[in-house]
Amino acid sequence: MPPAEQTPYGFGMSMRTAVAAVEGLFTLDADEPRLIGGRARSRGSYFFPKSLAGSDPACLGDEIDEVLLSRTGKLWSFTTGEYAPPAPYVIPGDEFEPYVIAAVELAEESLVVLGQVVAGISVDELSVGIEMELVIDVLYSDDEHDYLVWKWAPAEMNENGEG
Amino acid sequence: MDDIAILGVGMHPWGKWGRNFTEYGVKAARDALADAEVGWEEIQFVSGANSVRCGYPGYVSASTFANALGFTGCQLASSYAACASGATALSIARAQIFSGVCDVALVVGAESTPKGFFAPNAGERHEDPDWLRFHLVGATNPTYFALYARRRMELYGDTSEDFAAVKVKNSRHGVFNSNARYTKEYDADDIANSPMVADPLRLLEICATSDGGAALVVSSLEWAASRGIDNPVRVSGISTVRPTYPNSVIELPYLASDSWSAVGDETMTFKDNIAGRAYEEASVSPEDLDFAEVYDLSSAYELDWYEHIGLCERGDAAKLLRAGDTALGGRIPVNPSGGLGAFGEAVPAQAIAQVCEMAWQLRGEAGDRQVEGARVGLSINHGMFGHGSSVICTR
Repeated sequence: MPPAEQTPYGFGMSMRTAVAAVEGLFTLDADEPRLIGGRARSRGSYFFPKSLAGSDPACLGDEIDEVLLSRTGKLWSFTTGEYAPPAPYVIPGDEFEPYVIAAVELAEESLVVLGQVVAGISVDELSVGIEMELVIDVLYSDDEHDYLVWKWAPAEMNENGEG
Repeated sequence: MDDIAILGVGMHPWGKWGRNFTEYGVKAARDALADAEVGWEEIQFVSGANSVRCGYPGYVSASTFANALGFTGCQLASSYAACASGATALSIARAQIFSGVCDVALVVGAESTPKGFFAPNAGERHEDPDWLRFHLVGATNPTYFALYARRRMELYGDTSEDFAAVKVKNSRHGVFNSNARYTKEYDADDIANSPMVADPLRLLEICATSDGGAALVVSSLEWAASRGIDNPVRVSGISTVRPTYPNSVIELPYLASDSWSAVGDETMTFKDNIAGRAYEEASVSPEDLDFAEVYDLSSAYELDWYEHIGLCERGDAAKLLRAGDTALGGRIPVNPSGGLGAFGEAVPAQAIAQVCEMAWQLRGEAGDRQVEGARVGLSINHGMFGHGSSVICTR
């Protein structure tokens, strides 16, 4: 089934089309990607994803507006995935490579969001409380598509234009 | 809240047997019936804790077990609450007893598990948080355990050595438990030499997925007395609480925590509330406990529970551990059974197995792992998608 929305995205010399691995959770803005969340109109509570998060009982009947969440936050905790998870995890490339996972407390929303950390960062370079920034990266590819996802990067690193 | 009586308990040993889960449940049920000296034909209600890994028979577990034992026309209920399923099944049996629908009930849970990481249901499931966390993040169950462990290190100064010490302690307890899957005593070197799975947690610190089964025969106190049992082990409190918003600690299988921007703060976790309901029902407090069976999905996770059940203030759990307070012979032994570290996890059986251990301890029948003079025990457990469970047993 072809993806509903195709967005050209520059990853190396790839001729593949870049698409979101799952639609509707994040924007594909290359410079300033954002997670798409929900905010209860009168109460002000935030949710991510908009419709799949825990509910504030005070928001029953409240309108939930779609909002773009903060791009930065403080590292809440982190770990590694040293062994390949089962499907629907897709091993990118030919062989499984361990990866780092971060949980980041968003600056404005007081909400902790999981995500992989961009490749090349080890746990030795991380500590709870450091500033992290949202980026878009390739989760896995096939012949025709690069499937994109949000990841976390230490904010400093991104300012240096690396990663 | 009134009590109900535990008349009999039974288990099928935990392991990787690779057989039909029904076999484990039936073995546990028969042992519980024999232990209670109650005939299967006397059971008026069967409460099954479901399995989602054993096909349709797992979704209708009470019927599956009842069919295997022989249909007698008794009433059935099958329920699922992830790892908390066993406590939910027990709570349903208790409700039936309190309402007068039945006097005596059988509670059973069993599972046969595949090797390796638990995985979500098949298919493209874009609206299932359990599917999304595997697909988009590669977040396995140990990912969450490790996030909590790392947070303890950063906030409270806990060390990898502390976490390993939990496993060492529980393995020493498990040596004395013939129902445990792992009865080997591990030392700190064994753990340090086992492969890293989710930093800072190593393979020997993460509970394995196991096969197993556990069962209870429970009744009203009056029915127990009519059988001449005047001093049974009692279920004095059951908690099956769900989170109160906001649950600020990210939970399996979600991609995000609740937000505390509108109400609450970053310290709010529903794991602090789970035991509260059970304490309230049983009219006991943490100081009254003689031992506890807690859900040590990882070594570090056991330390979280010390705080959630009120054995100490937040951040102080490692002090209890280092002082030997939570080892057999200590002030408040935790996981005298060996815990999940020695058993591994057989999801629907696990909360029932915790109650089996409490019954053996309170009867003084726990052999070499006996907590001397035990009169009050607490179990606590936590299933994904926000299922808390806790049971208090007294005698």
